[in-house]
Amino acid sequence: MTTEPFLAPVTTPAERREWILRLLTGTQRVDRIRRLRESIILSLLFLSALISVATTIGIIYTLSIETFHFFQRVSLIDFLTDTQWTPLFTEKHFGIWPLLTATLLVSAIAMLVALPLGLLAAIGLSEYASPRLASIVKPILEILAGVPTVVYGYFALLFVTPLLKRFIPQLEVFNALSAGLVMGIMILPLVASLSEDAMRAVPQSLREGAYALGATKLEVVWRVVVPSSLSGIVAAFILAISRAIGETMIVAIAMGQVPRLTLNPLVAMETMTAYIVQVSLGDTPHGSLEYQTIFAVGTTLFLITMVLNLLSYRFLQRFREVYE
Amino acid sequence: MADPIAALTNAQAARAEAATRVQAPTAAGMDVEQLSAFYGRFQALAEITLPIHPGAVTAVIGPSGCGKSTFIRCLNRLHELTPGARVTGSVRLEGVDIYQPGVDPARVRQLVGMVFQKPNPFPTLSIYDNVLAGVRLHRPRLSRAEADEIVERSLRAAALWDEVKDKLKAPGSSLSGGQQQRLCIARALAVEPLVLLMDEPTSALDPIATYRIEELIWELKQRYTIVIVTHNMQQAARIADYVAFLLAGEDRTGRLIEFDTAQRIFTNPKRKETEDYITGKIG
Repeated sequence: MTTEPFLAPVTTPAERREWILRLLTGTQRVDRIRRLRESIILSLLFLSALISVATTIGIIYTLSIETFHFFQRVSLIDFLTDTQWTPLFTEKHFGIWPLLTATLLVSAIAMLVALPLGLLAAIGLSEYASPRLASIVKPILEILAGVPTVVYGYFALLFVTPLLKRFIPQLEVFNALSAGLVMGIMILPLVASLSEDAMRAVPQSLREGAYALGATKLEVVWRVVVPSSLSGIVAAFILAISRAIGETMIVAIAMGQVPRLTLNPLVAMETMTAYIVQVSLGDTPHGSLEYQTIFAVGTTLFLITMVLNLLSYRFLQRFREVYE
Repeated sequence: MADPIAALTNAQAARAEAATRVQAPTAAGMDVEQLSAFYGRFQALAEITLPIHPGAVTAVIGPSGCGKSTFIRCLNRLHELTPGARVTGSVRLEGVDIYQPGVDPARVRQLVGMVFQKPNPFPTLSIYDNVLAGVRLHRPRLSRAEADEIVERSLRAAALWDEVKDKLKAPGSSLSGGQQQRLCIARALAVEPLVLLMDEPTSALDPIATYRIEELIWELKQRYTIVIVTHNMQQAARIADYVAFLLAGEDRTGRLIEFDTAQRIFTNPKRKETEDYITGKIG
């Protein structure tokens, strides 16, 4: 019974008006089914969004409860000013700086590798490589992103560190330098791939506009393509920094577990993530102060990543170029 | 299944079937009354009142930014899809207000079809499936024979059949710009609208393709009411029966300056602004 009138029948004006009104108000079965489907889809979509929001709220809740308990026993001033982190020793100190410095140092080394190489790789792939070459190189680059981080960790410990030791004899077995270098290699495909996407989105007409003014290829790339895709490139960089700060396996394996406050990349240090791993793997009793430290560290990590994400969001909003 | 509405629509469907065999359905008219359109706090159109005569071509002309496209998009409730956009006033299709509560916008767009400035065939669909894209929304179960019949009828109506009948399975994007635009017209006609809106349908096409579309519009107005937005005065003079001239003031809000038959607008306009525009002094 779903045969529908598709042609307005030639009838009296009144009947015709009635027919149009009935069609427009959607009283047929097909209309009811379509409306039902729309509302089911809407609630499904809303539910999916709700799940991720609820998860975030749950994580924040757990983190803040345990962090709150931690700061009832340790003062925030100590946490932010003490220069030692020794919660597992008899004489306990709870200064976050050794962990924070190690995290920032190793991330900085990683970014020093990933940013220039990633940007250059993206420019090469998007602007210089022939489509054939790009179609071969890009998948290879993306294989790097698929390597498990534990493999990277042992690669740093068993290959990069011995190699570097030939040139830098005082290098310790566990050190920030090789962990940072390898982490840079790990996030390179992320930077390259996202930056390349941003550059590809720059319309050809902009490039042609610059060429038509007598620009060389290098000038087109540096003065038109890179500035035009800057918001995308910055977003890629910030994502990469977030990834580096949160990276766990490489630093846990290759950087050691010695929380000390130094900027010397040749010695062992402990990042925030490595500390969380160390405590989680140990037999720390639930509810103890040692146990609560990982939540305090986790909250610090969470806050840093959140601020970075907010920054990148603000940046994208302010500098976004939209191309039709 | 003694649903009186189903019974009524079935009876009318049968009559409609008969009508197609015997004679073409008559085109429907529209009445626009006190139509204002807004984007957030910005008013794009102010109190437009004009008739859209059935079976005729109404051209909407005016300089860039006068609200021509906004106006035409209010006629099939496409305007409200823009976030923050809203409409006041009424638009009646054969006396039925398409903005009254209870009206399904999807159904309005079935009866008031639209063709856009840039041809936009769906890139993933073949020519054949492009024509059927709209029909399948309204009639999920479509027999092969019916589908073939609709495709051929629509492509013939859009004067494209002879060019594509041997490659119906080719992607719609493989056609030339003019052919793509006629494919979009066929796609709009396939759902059997009463009114066809065209938003600068030839401004992205070369003169020959433009000529073919104009010819097609000339044929289509036998069966459809057509509203066309155009930048091109000659085009309006060639194809329009009625002309609405819109102009935006200092506040950038578009107003209807003059509505009349094409002949009077182009030979003896009442308002000075209209004369200035069609003679090229403004815009």
